[in-house]
Amino acid sequence: MTIRSLLIANRGEIAVRIIKAAKALGIRTVQIYSAADVDMLAVKLADEAVEVGPPAARKSYLNIEAVVAAAKAAGVDAVHPGYGFLSENANFADAVEAAGLTFIGPKGDAIRLLGDKVAAREVAARAGVPTVPGSAGRIDGLEEATAVAERTGYPVMIKAAAGGGGRGIRVANNRADLERHFPQASAEALAAFGDGGLYLEKVITRARHVEVQILGDGENFIHCYERECSLQRRRQKVWEEAPSFLLPQDAREKLCASAVALAREVSYRGAGTVEYLYDDETGEFYFIEVNTRIQVEHPVTEMITGIDLVAEMIRIAGGAKLSIAQERVKIAGHAVECRINVEDPVRGFLPTPGRIDRLVVPAGEGVRFDTMLYEGYAIPPFYDSLVGKLIVHAENRDACLDRLARALADLTIVGPPTTVGLHQALAGDPAVKGGAFHTRFLEQWLETEFAGETGRTAEVA
Amino acid sequence: MSKTEIRSPLPGTFYRSPAPDVPPFKADGDSVAAPDTIGIIEVMKTFQELSAGVEGKAIRFLVDNEEPVMAGQVIAEVEA
Repeated sequence: MTIRSLLIANRGEIAVRIIKAAKALGIRTVQIYSAADVDMLAVKLADEAVEVGPPAARKSYLNIEAVVAAAKAAGVDAVHPGYGFLSENANFADAVEAAGLTFIGPKGDAIRLLGDKVAAREVAARAGVPTVPGSAGRIDGLEEATAVAERTGYPVMIKAAAGGGGRGIRVANNRADLERHFPQASAEALAAFGDGGLYLEKVITRARHVEVQILGDGENFIHCYERECSLQRRRQKVWEEAPSFLLPQDAREKLCASAVALAREVSYRGAGTVEYLYDDETGEFYFIEVNTRIQVEHPVTEMITGIDLVAEMIRIAGGAKLSIAQERVKIAGHAVECRINVEDPVRGFLPTPGRIDRLVVPAGEGVRFDTMLYEGYAIPPFYDSLVGKLIVHAENRDACLDRLARALADLTIVGPPTTVGLHQALAGDPAVKGGAFHTRFLEQWLETEFAGETGRTAEVA
Repeated sequence: MSKTEIRSPLPGTFYRSPAPDVPPFKADGDSVAAPDTIGIIEVMKTFQELSAGVEGKAIRFLVDNEEPVMAGQVIAEVEA
């Protein structure tokens, strides 16, 4: 079943990216849009566009019935969910398939399985992938918690079994902490989730966030090496690289092999990402979760491997076998991606939607700008503040950072404040150049280096 | 009685309550003090509390819960 037409169930820069991949494959594109997105670049680029509801995402981009109805009415073969919105919603994947269309991603059941944190940990363990040391499941009381903490070593994170959104999490640095926090955490979990169940995980203090790109067709599984995503603010990635700088080759091979083993364990179909914490001090890595969709930072992998991940996932969904064998996937050079958001770093990253008065996009060898922006475009205030991604590739990391600095200097966005200046400061920072990052690096750097540079107060919105 | 307008400093979505299924910060007709929160503006997935900024009586909302608002749009009026 070759896909001849597809509907983009998303918006913004990833919608533009999907349209470009589809056009290169000769596939007709239908773009959905909300009432606030009628002027969106993807609407202009697609062969057709169809309105699915009012500005509120809940009533448009997240409205399964409306999106499936639009796909059926448009007569498309397939639906590409992009990232965010309904991309990891198993019910949406099921609804698309039930309508007789192809969902470009794994089956609903696979999304369901890997989306459940406890179940995904079990899958990882079955595939021989190391998980963060801690309790096997729920903990029966303080006595058992103490025994687990003694075994894994302090500090430990006390987490609500039914938790989410960072609530019901406490860190205990020693036994006294644990004895004090455990009952509180249980009470908080009970109040917040109606379930006081807790589990324990060792805190990896100086961890890097490293993730592996996987591709599978249900029978063949490959990895496309790893990405380094440690520069984060409030658990949101800000800057990503491929490959991971200073990752020892043996660790890289183990990490990538374990991601492929996990893909094989669930007969994975599509593009996916296996996320890990990597402990620089011990060289150990631990499974966090699997994302069953294309990721924001996929371009850095495309730049170093030459593989078009979006085209590949469309082909796989159409029933094709993987077009690349593992031995043909090679790392060539180094790539960095800077996420460009309409946010004001000087005012606690307050979002700044507004009109783009002037736009100059850097170009040249090894420079790519994935964006939804054009001159005269008024960015609506209802959706994510990500408006573009500057991706730079060169033969090695030093050359890449030099090229990045030049590309950032050439990137001109006149209108709302953006995070371009933040990336310029990062690109020139000695610690970043040295590759000394961990997941808390950026927040500390913002409080010290960046605050000093901009004279901003260290307040956070 | 003079009317004072309370405007939204930001564009986005206006919410009258701190969370769904929770009573609004202020009911129509309530009195407000300047620091009182009267709603939330969601702009690009971040939530900013909106305070009255003025003292007044008998607040009247001109924007419904979950409605899109523009920067500078009048959200409510109070009798100063």
